[in-house]
Amino acid sequence: MSEKPRLKPETTPAALPRPFLKWFADRGWAPRAHQLALLASAQAGHSVLLIAPTGAGKTLAGFLPSLVELAERPKRKPGQTHCGVHTLYISPLKALAVDIERNLGKPVDEIGLPLTIETRTGDTPAHKRQRQKLAPPDILLTTPEQLALLIASPDAGRFFADLRFVVLDELHSLVTSKRGHLLALGLARLRRFVPGLRTIGLSATVADPDALRRWLVPQDPPGDMAELITVLGGARPIITILDSDDRVPWAGHSARYAIPEVYQAIRRHRTTLLFVNTRSQAELLFQELWRVNDDNLPIALHHGSLDVAQRRRVEKAMESNALRAIVATSTLDLGIDWGDVDLVVHVGAPKGASRLAQRIGRANHRMDEPSRAILVPANRFEVLECRAALEASTAGAQDTPPLVEGALDVLAQHVMGSACGAPFDADELFEEVRTAAPYAQLDRDTFERVVDFVATGGYALRSYERFARIRRTKDGRWRVSHPRYAQQYRLNVGTIVEAPELTVRYVRAGRGVVSRGGPVLGKIEEYFLETLAHGDTFIFAGKVLRFEGIRDNEAFVSNAAGSDAKVPSYGGGKFPLSTYLADEVRGMLADPDRWQALPAQVADWLRLQRDKSVLPKRGDLLVETFPRGNRFYMVAYPFEGRLAHQTLGMLLTRRLERAGARPLGFVATDYSLGIWGLEDLGRIFTKGKPSLGALFDEDMLGDDLDAWLDDSWMLKRTFRNCALVSGLIEKRHPGQEKTGRQVTVSADLIYDVLRSHEPDHILLRATRAEAAAGLLDVSRLADMLSRIRGRIMHKALDHISPLAVPIMLEIGRESVNGEANDTLLGEAADSLIEEAAA
Amino acid sequence: MTKTAATPTGELTTMAVVAGETIVLDPRGAMFVPEHDLLAVSDLHLEKGSSLARRGMLVPPYDTAATLARLAAIIAQYRPRIVVSLGDSFHDGGGSARLPDAYRSDLSGLMAGRDWFWVAGNHDPEPPEGVAGHTVREIAVGSLVFRHEPSPKPVPGEVAGHLHPCARIVQRGRSVRRRCFASDGSRVILPAFGAYTGSLNVLDRAYRGLFEWERFFAYMLGNDRTFPIARSLLRPG
Repeated sequence: MSEKPRLKPETTPAALPRPFLKWFADRGWAPRAHQLALLASAQAGHSVLLIAPTGAGKTLAGFLPSLVELAERPKRKPGQTHCGVHTLYISPLKALAVDIERNLGKPVDEIGLPLTIETRTGDTPAHKRQRQKLAPPDILLTTPEQLALLIASPDAGRFFADLRFVVLDELHSLVTSKRGHLLALGLARLRRFVPGLRTIGLSATVADPDALRRWLVPQDPPGDMAELITVLGGARPIITILDSDDRVPWAGHSARYAIPEVYQAIRRHRTTLLFVNTRSQAELLFQELWRVNDDNLPIALHHGSLDVAQRRRVEKAMESNALRAIVATSTLDLGIDWGDVDLVVHVGAPKGASRLAQRIGRANHRMDEPSRAILVPANRFEVLECRAALEASTAGAQDTPPLVEGALDVLAQHVMGSACGAPFDADELFEEVRTAAPYAQLDRDTFERVVDFVATGGYALRSYERFARIRRTKDGRWRVSHPRYAQQYRLNVGTIVEAPELTVRYVRAGRGVVSRGGPVLGKIEEYFLETLAHGDTFIFAGKVLRFEGIRDNEAFVSNAAGSDAKVPSYGGGKFPLSTYLADEVRGMLADPDRWQALPAQVADWLRLQRDKSVLPKRGDLLVETFPRGNRFYMVAYPFEGRLAHQTLGMLLTRRLERAGARPLGFVATDYSLGIWGLEDLGRIFTKGKPSLGALFDEDMLGDDLDAWLDDSWMLKRTFRNCALVSGLIEKRHPGQEKTGRQVTVSADLIYDVLRSHEPDHILLRATRAEAAAGLLDVSRLADMLSRIRGRIMHKALDHISPLAVPIMLEIGRESVNGEANDTLLGEAADSLIEEAAA
Repeated sequence: MTKTAATPTGELTTMAVVAGETIVLDPRGAMFVPEHDLLAVSDLHLEKGSSLARRGMLVPPYDTAATLARLAAIIAQYRPRIVVSLGDSFHDGGGSARLPDAYRSDLSGLMAGRDWFWVAGNHDPEPPEGVAGHTVREIAVGSLVFRHEPSPKPVPGEVAGHLHPCARIVQRGRSVRRRCFASDGSRVILPAFGAYTGSLNVLDRAYRGLFEWERFFAYMLGNDRTFPIARSLLRPG
């Protein structure tokens, strides 16, 4: 075991109380170096970031300072008031909090510590929450949303008066989302209640540990960091890429060709965890495995759309080692301890080196034994990507995404929450907010606009002064103007906005009438269900289902006889290829020496490309043009991920349209972008009308982007999120639950009105910032455009190149874009006219 | 009966015949009757924004401005002698009183020189405060009769609002939902005109018994024209 705890020299070694030493000794164990190092650092008054692989005893390490302090605390005398919470544990998953309660309870009982541990999540009954407020447990296990609720209550100061530690689990996952922003603001508030508060962050390996270290401590002065303790990985994982006898497909994501080999691997291992990137891939893989499951092995399915009860059953079965394989999406990425997984199979490309490492870490929770993993690329480009990820794993490279600045809609929610807790002084709150790392750069003017937004909507037309939700009182503090606004806030707290979903309920197919009351299978996004007609079939929850109809907020389905089915194509869980892996794949293409590590058929493919067209140098962008059928195509290979390519495709088609090239459509994958049109694109570029250099000029990110952006459905969808998170519109109103559709309609209408009347409103600013970072990936596109300036290589061909085959196969498979345009209405109206004329 | 004609400027105008009267279905959600020089709009829901704001939802206060601007453009184009606002013109009883002065004078400008009828709706049963025009329960012009809520039994020539009709189609795997005029050639229900108004699918049970479905069309509002869509292509939801 290689551990390298780094400590400040002046820190005294930790003293572990006798009962702890005995507990370790009784089990023939010794406390690990990092556990003692963390204890010493915390006892010296520091906040600490612990980076360690799974199986390193991270949880115990994180709680050790609390347990030691609580063990030495004098007993409460009868009649003495209850102490407040001593340690707060925050994790991204409710399930993780429940899991920790069990896992921590064991050593606590065995050591004989007189302390109480309780969870508080959305599932905790109201009477228990009420009791927790009066008699708080010593250790409270909870989620970011619950923390936001706790600090928004008037007695928060008293509740947290005795707080000493905050333990933040899976910190690497928390910090990259809006939940992380909300949590950072909550921590800043806790520090106001308890100035000496220590935080302990537990994290998997990340690319930039310093960002997390800053996140854990007040940025006062800016740049302050928590102590860092790093436990290097144990045994290196043994990763292989599935080398199938069968042909690796050119395109697609199903990996159907590899099913027999994957099944054999499952048979050879005790428990196999199969990861995929999307829920629809999970459904498909599950179906395919059962098709060949001649031994009737217990193989289960687990993803975020399935009904909770169903997921819990699978988790229980996993804990008791009753399963041989589980097909899962990112819902099992995080650190719950499941039975004896001895193999991880990753179907489809891993998309990031760190992501792969974390998933592989799910196998084998003893860190001195190597984890085993098999990568199953679904197509040829994914072979390259898998190879790059494997090499990154060997080199220990990390590519977790960089942290982004705190979102303003989240800040608005926090400002309202602050007022719900107690009247606040704007100067004090501004200073407090700036101690939270994501908001360290926040300027006063923006802050004022956010407060103004919370109060009256922040509109230039100041017509809502009389309806203000918070008001400045005589002493200059902002106070909630009516208790019902505090109630509204509590109902709508949180930053997770799901796409509108419908409950899927199983019914017997009746004769014209469907019977109500069958079991709930899970939830599916409304937009998918809307495209189904009565009688359509699709795969969900491991079954082939027949769509019967929608009533209220439920979709009715029945058993479908055949096995021919559509698959839910819901979007969740599509990660773009990481910058690091993209660069590695480009490097691999450019260097024939590295092809030896690839399967023969893939190396042959690249050789063919070299002969028929060309392979770009590592930093270059290759653009091929060729005619096919009665159309002309261009295919570019930036390798910057699907989102950035989609944005690029939108912008390039606009430009080509203006240049008279009459583009018809485009398709984007993680690796390349294909555009087709009616004019000879090769000739246009050769003649320089425009040249490729002009076409790919960075100025496309100016006016073209703005013009397209404002009309884009992506911006509308993002606006809806911001409007919900900021409290402009409500997910839930006291006494009534809104359906997703009602919210969607009104958010779209509000967006249209606001955009035309006050385009620089603070919420539109928040929306553009979020879309640029998220759905559009503008920064990555900008980096790419500047990288390839003067390095574009045009290859005009007579026919399609080997490298272009995969994206050409995608054409028609993915819809061109999500705009609901009039063309479709026109077609529907015309089909009628034709019918009438016939 | 439906017909689409091109204007001299090349724009496509969708027309329908209801109870023998030819009506123009403007894609911005207004109906024009050339024969009587009459323009009808429904469910303006003016001041819905401030109504929501009173309850703590501080949505942008520009909905009245947006609705009036759209109405002004339509009036400028058709120059009608008669305007009928088919009820729910204001989102609530206090809506007309809350109307900011600037909008009040915009509205007066639109009304000047024409006969303006406010049909009483369920949101605004009383005549609006400080605004001109005649408030009526219903009004008959030619073979058409204008009222807010459609009668439960078929009434030839009835022009109503209230239900905020929309329709949805799925074409090439994609779903398109738009506000629409709903008509079977006997009666017509207008889409809601207000900037913040939601809508209800014409296949909802609220429309049961109102139309003869074999002659029904949803006239879905496009960006530049209105698209007549037959019942067989419509989807619920």
